[in-house]
Amino acid sequence: MRVATIVLLGKLADLADAPSLAVPLPLSQPLGWEGLKAALPPALAEAVDDPRVRVAINGALLANKAAMQANAGDEIALLPPVSGG
Amino acid sequence: MRDIRLLDRMFIPGTLIGPFTQANPGLGGVCTFVGEVRSDTGVEALELTHYEPLTLPGMHDLADRAFGRFTLMGLLMVHRVGLMRPGEPIVCVSAAALHRRDAIDAVDFCMDHLKSAAWFWKRERRDGQWHWIEPREQDHSDLARWQA
Repeated sequence: MRVATIVLLGKLADLADAPSLAVPLPLSQPLGWEGLKAALPPALAEAVDDPRVRVAINGALLANKAAMQANAGDEIALLPPVSGG
Repeated sequence: MRDIRLLDRMFIPGTLIGPFTQANPGLGGVCTFVGEVRSDTGVEALELTHYEPLTLPGMHDLADRAFGRFTLMGLLMVHRVGLMRPGEPIVCVSAAALHRRDAIDAVDFCMDHLKSAAWFWKRERRDGQWHWIEPREQDHSDLARWQA
């Protein structure tokens, strides 16, 4: 099966009860933002819509997560705001 | 001399500063900041998580900006990840320069950015319960000092 790995940082990991998830990819097309959210538990899907949550694919930060495209084997990191002092 | 590190176990800042100072012969001043886990009421432990592909590269990028902005001879930036107890060191930044102002300001600059813009997530355990630490308004105003 074609899958991408989702890495959950900070409190997003608590919402999934896991530090990472494997999501199946649509047949013969990349995974977009809406498809990604549809594959997440509802509380997590809602949390990642926060505009402060950033997305990195294979370690590269995206300027616009809504335009993301992930392929099989990619690592998608969901990054909540970093903690302060 | 540039030394940027993430450490996953306890470190003793004093053991880093001597060699760092020795590695910058001819310096006019060295400024060092050490941050420790505060002994706030009820806090039993602090845990820092990071994201390997972003956190250390982000610290290197911060070091590049410090070297670009200040006249430095050396920069040491060491940050802990993992589980820590109150009183343990969490961060150590040291800058060596010909003149004190560059050393002092470079440390201040690096600390403000490490605290508010580096890829670390913190949670603390109080009375057996873990609580995530949220961003603070103060962190944003600390960063804004450098945007002039």
